[in-house]
Amino acid sequence: MTEPATNRSFVRLSGVGHRYDPDPTVPPAVTGIDLDIRRHEFVAVVGPSGCGKSTLLRMISGLLMPTEGEVSVFGKPVSGPRDDVGIVFQKPTLLPWLSVRKNVLFPLRHKYGRYSRADEKRADELLAMAGLGGFAGKRPDELSGGMQQRVGIVRALLLNPDILLMDEPFSALDAMTREQIGFDLLKIWEENPKTVLFITHSIAEAVLLADRVLVMSKRPGTVLDVLDVDLPRPRTTHTISEPRFGQLTERLRKHIYEPEAA
Amino acid sequence: MSLKLPEGKAGRYLLAAAPWVFFLALILSWELVCRVFSLPEYVLPAPSAIVEAFLKVEMSRWFTYLWATLKVALMGFAVSILVAIPVAIAMMRSELLSRTLYPLLVVIQSTPVVAVAPLIIVLMGSDDPSRVLITCLLTFFPLVVSTATGINETPGELVELSRSLDAPLRRETWQIRIPYAIPHIFSGLRVAITLAIIGAVVAEFVAAEEGLGYFIQFSTSFFRIPQAFAGLFFLAVVSLLLFKSVQWIQQWFFPWSLPRKGSH
Repeated sequence: MTEPATNRSFVRLSGVGHRYDPDPTVPPAVTGIDLDIRRHEFVAVVGPSGCGKSTLLRMISGLLMPTEGEVSVFGKPVSGPRDDVGIVFQKPTLLPWLSVRKNVLFPLRHKYGRYSRADEKRADELLAMAGLGGFAGKRPDELSGGMQQRVGIVRALLLNPDILLMDEPFSALDAMTREQIGFDLLKIWEENPKTVLFITHSIAEAVLLADRVLVMSKRPGTVLDVLDVDLPRPRTTHTISEPRFGQLTERLRKHIYEPEAA
Repeated sequence: MSLKLPEGKAGRYLLAAAPWVFFLALILSWELVCRVFSLPEYVLPAPSAIVEAFLKVEMSRWFTYLWATLKVALMGFAVSILVAIPVAIAMMRSELLSRTLYPLLVVIQSTPVVAVAPLIIVLMGSDDPSRVLITCLLTFFPLVVSTATGINETPGELVELSRSLDAPLRRETWQIRIPYAIPHIFSGLRVAITLAIIGAVVAEFVAAEEGLGYFIQFSTSFFRIPQAFAGLFFLAVVSLLLFKSVQWIQQWFFPWSLPRKGSH
């Protein structure tokens, strides 16, 4: 199968870095990141706290401009906030005064000031796909944390973005909810392929979900290693018990706990 | 020492009844003290004497005075809302404006209104506009501060979401920031509504021919102490009802902005 060159580097970061503090003695948040993400690839980013993972995500979304290098999407340099990107945050950040359905439709109302019946139908379909069919009329505070985060994901999918950026989306959830929502995310992603950048603290989560895992160093954040996850899809609970899964997580752990040895 | 509530229903009833029982006991002991020590009316009138004095004044007169005070308080409150909320929004949008205005607001807030009130009357005459202005001076600051705090507390992620959608700033303000400020705005409104009554009364103390503040003042100066107390209690009840109305408005129109029942 041949695919156009831009599909192989759908999102391209070349020598990308960002410094918040202009003082040259302060190290930049991230520096010298080279990365090509294929279209519809699922890339996870792991690394210690404060290594600039979120900075990386914000530069791809166009919310933050790199101070070195360039980010380009589909061959075009990113020069500002782009609406073909869906963002899922660590906290669901739903609007407490709107119903679940209206929260999902919020990006449309916020961007254009209105939405159609067809949009409402699409919101309901997306909610049903995320297992929230019966909750469209409820208010966010009537939902559990896991369900709220699902609404956050559905909201990010509403505008049918090419790129889904997820900033530690499951870190506020308990372990069991977290595992379940991970599998559900994979299901959604397999049905609606997206290019995903998924930031996480959990090595197991990164290996379980992603096609590739990017390991970042401490500040200034650079890429230590890129790990290809060659586990078959669809991934299930059985994936976790496969020896290959253990090998991969082991290798990632080495990077994080003893970066010099790896 | 800790007092333990009885378990179950009895405890809940006790909890609900406690403030009323306490209030009643307070009134009764007041009555008792007045009678036992036969305190003269002009020192401390008994509650029964206050009720008597209240009933002696015609209802139409009460309502004329109530309306005079309420009119000034509500107008001042409304003007304050109309000015404070846009000012708070503007201050949150522009650091320059915020830096420029904030010291002035603090100066206004820390100047005792009681001291300024006579000057305002001299400057603007003893009509409703000056009374409304005095009320505004008292209610403005808490409203600006609470609105600004609320707007500032909008989660950063939502602001990023808005920016990533490239939405116009006015939608960010109306669809995200102002609704997020609602709980704070209402706590400001609850403070401001009681301050509005205080402002109206202060203005009447300085210069007025009607109103509950005026009524209390002239009753006192004619040594009709029970009548002054009657006016005071009437004022307190009105103030309480206004405070409650703000809560009811919040409950009715913005139920999501209140903490959920049963969760602490």
